[in-house]
Amino acid sequence: MSDQLALLPEYLTAHLQLSLLALALGALVSVPLGVIATRISWLEQPVLGAASIIQTIPSLALLAVMVPVLAAINLQSIGFLPAFVGLMLYSILPILRNTVTGIAGVDPALIEAARGVGMTPRQQLFRVELPLAAPVIVAGLRTSAVWIVGTATLSTPVGATSLGNYIFSGLQTRNYNAVLVGCAAAAALAILLDGIIFALEHGVRLRKRAYTAGASLALAALFAYTVVTFALPLLDDSGRPIRIGAKTFTEQYILSELLARHIERQTGLETEVLSSLGSTVAYDALRSGQIDLYVDYSGTIWATVMNRPSLGESRSQVLREVTQWTKETHGVTLVGTLGFENSYVLAMPESEAERLRISTIGDLVPYASGMEIGGDYEFFARAEWVALQDTYGLEFADRRAMDSSLMYQAVELGNVDIISAYTTDGRIDALSLRVLEDDRNAIPPYDAILLTSPGLARERREVIASLKALIDTISAPNMRKMNRAVDEDKRSPYEVAMEFLESEGRP
Amino acid sequence: MSKRFGELEAVTSLSLTVEPGELLVLLGGSGSGKTTTLKMVNRLIDPSAGAILLDGENIADIEPHALRRRIGYVFQRLGLFPHMSVAENIAVTPSLLGWDAERISERVDELLRLVELDTETETKHEMRDRPVTELSGGQQQRVGVARALAAKPKLMLLDEPFGALDPITHERLQHSFVRIRKELDLTAIFVTHDMLEALLMGDRIAVMHEGRLAQIGTPSELMQAPATEYVEQLMRTPKRQADAVERLLRTRDDEVVS
Repeated sequence: MSDQLALLPEYLTAHLQLSLLALALGALVSVPLGVIATRISWLEQPVLGAASIIQTIPSLALLAVMVPVLAAINLQSIGFLPAFVGLMLYSILPILRNTVTGIAGVDPALIEAARGVGMTPRQQLFRVELPLAAPVIVAGLRTSAVWIVGTATLSTPVGATSLGNYIFSGLQTRNYNAVLVGCAAAAALAILLDGIIFALEHGVRLRKRAYTAGASLALAALFAYTVVTFALPLLDDSGRPIRIGAKTFTEQYILSELLARHIERQTGLETEVLSSLGSTVAYDALRSGQIDLYVDYSGTIWATVMNRPSLGESRSQVLREVTQWTKETHGVTLVGTLGFENSYVLAMPESEAERLRISTIGDLVPYASGMEIGGDYEFFARAEWVALQDTYGLEFADRRAMDSSLMYQAVELGNVDIISAYTTDGRIDALSLRVLEDDRNAIPPYDAILLTSPGLARERREVIASLKALIDTISAPNMRKMNRAVDEDKRSPYEVAMEFLESEGRP
Repeated sequence: MSKRFGELEAVTSLSLTVEPGELLVLLGGSGSGKTTTLKMVNRLIDPSAGAILLDGENIADIEPHALRRRIGYVFQRLGLFPHMSVAENIAVTPSLLGWDAERISERVDELLRLVELDTETETKHEMRDRPVTELSGGQQQRVGVARALAAKPKLMLLDEPFGALDPITHERLQHSFVRIRKELDLTAIFVTHDMLEALLMGDRIAVMHEGRLAQIGTPSELMQAPATEYVEQLMRTPKRQADAVERLLRTRDDEVVS
């Protein structure tokens, strides 16, 4: 728990920055937009309609779609900006709607009085309509604030640090303490903001100066803290840290920590880990220099980035072509392999495999028609599954798609006979599963590879040099052991990574 | 001038003059066009045809907001700004005109005295900062009159200003206004549907009926030589009502005696 709490200041500050800055810009956009909509009557419906449509987009999708959108206009598409823009768009509707409602609700007799005493249209707006609509507008701001603080936890997959880091990594590594800390902190922040803005609303509605002043002061203080903590790193010209990406599973969390600590020790440079990047986001982030390095798998690049079909190429052949293609196409350097593969494999309980004398997929074929196979959500839609069936002529009695963590339980309890596991998953050892050898190479090779950005190769050659020391140092059993330490023994990726570096006897 | 709202002609070929220092009452029933006429004077409504001259100047040539700052307006439905204090409401037009703070403050004190809001149980200082929403109806309308007078207009427009008040307060405010008008030598147009109020306040009365001017003249002229049957009926209402009250009281007394 204490190692989780140590991350709280960083995550909470980042979360506050995202939420408050998005809310502030959202208000700056939506209040004037609302005013315009009440002035130009034919605009009201289209403007409110557009804002409502944005609101109906699932929040995670809205944030995710910012990545390609920002990339298309050559802006930072990973990290703060996509999350910020997505959240800002998300904050618009409540404020906009309440601005329109609030202004429309002003007594027409008062508008006539405002004209009658000699106010220009602009003075009517600022001296009468907006002050009278203010309680309603602030109520909208309050709704937005609570939404935004909640939704900001979804910023993690687009590379922005937030309290969502706790939740995403906690769910992946089944560290429920982390999930709990993340949820509690986000809820507390939402309640705090809600309380402050409620006091503001109360003060404005009942014209109580003490409430209005106190709440404004509290908001201003929070905002000042946000702006200062946001601006300071921008002014710091000591160069940005080396950014290391990680996808959304345990192995990636461990490896990104491992790379970060290794680079810090070897070069003395600062590092930053952007964890829980969406799988397709990571390579694009590297290519455009928004992260400097991360670990991917040769088969993934081959199939999803290069769009090549698997034709039974050998491990070294795939590796050679991936190395050449990424270099020539995007200037991305493949520094080397880490020494293990992480691919889909078929695994079954050791005892059962022993009884039936099955050690390869070929051995399995005669028994398959009496077996049920379990796999994760995507497995049965992947090329690997088709290749397995075609290559070996495998036919199972039934197949079941389920969550990957349930899949291991299912095979342990005998609900299914065999599962599509991952080579390096710690649970293979923990549950005494036997991995069946793919004796006819139906599944393409998935070597873990170190990829670095074009910028790193140009400007930080010392980093690339230091990475060479890691090449082929992590065996599959080693990786499996580390995954198990995190997944089963609930140790932190940082701890496990440090232990590996120490045991290797590095300085 | 005339004013047409779509199919409806609210005011038809109305022509009249208000002399400096005079209080002209626009008298008529609802829908007679009297409020529309009043609003055309400070361009809250622009006439469909015709022109209004203010000291010889066509008001269509004056920016609406500039014109309105020169004319005091007391609204039928109060129209005080609920988010402002008493002093802020009174100071609205002077602050729009860019008066400095000291001058505005002095003027507010002067007006509080004029509309007798400083003789209440609380001090003037307390009254200034009170939210208008906490005032009684009569106090609110006094603030309304003070606000209309704030920028020292030469012309005041009053749209049934005391209509919604209880009879005692109503009467008190009428008397206050008569005094203030004399003190400041104001020119005013006063809209009402109340015959008695018209007789009491008006130097001259313009009777409006169905958007047209039925007759204009001093109260005694109207009384003695009503031009139409409508005017005649109208002029007889106070007398008729007084007779009715007397009759009613007498029958009640008889009942008590027997």
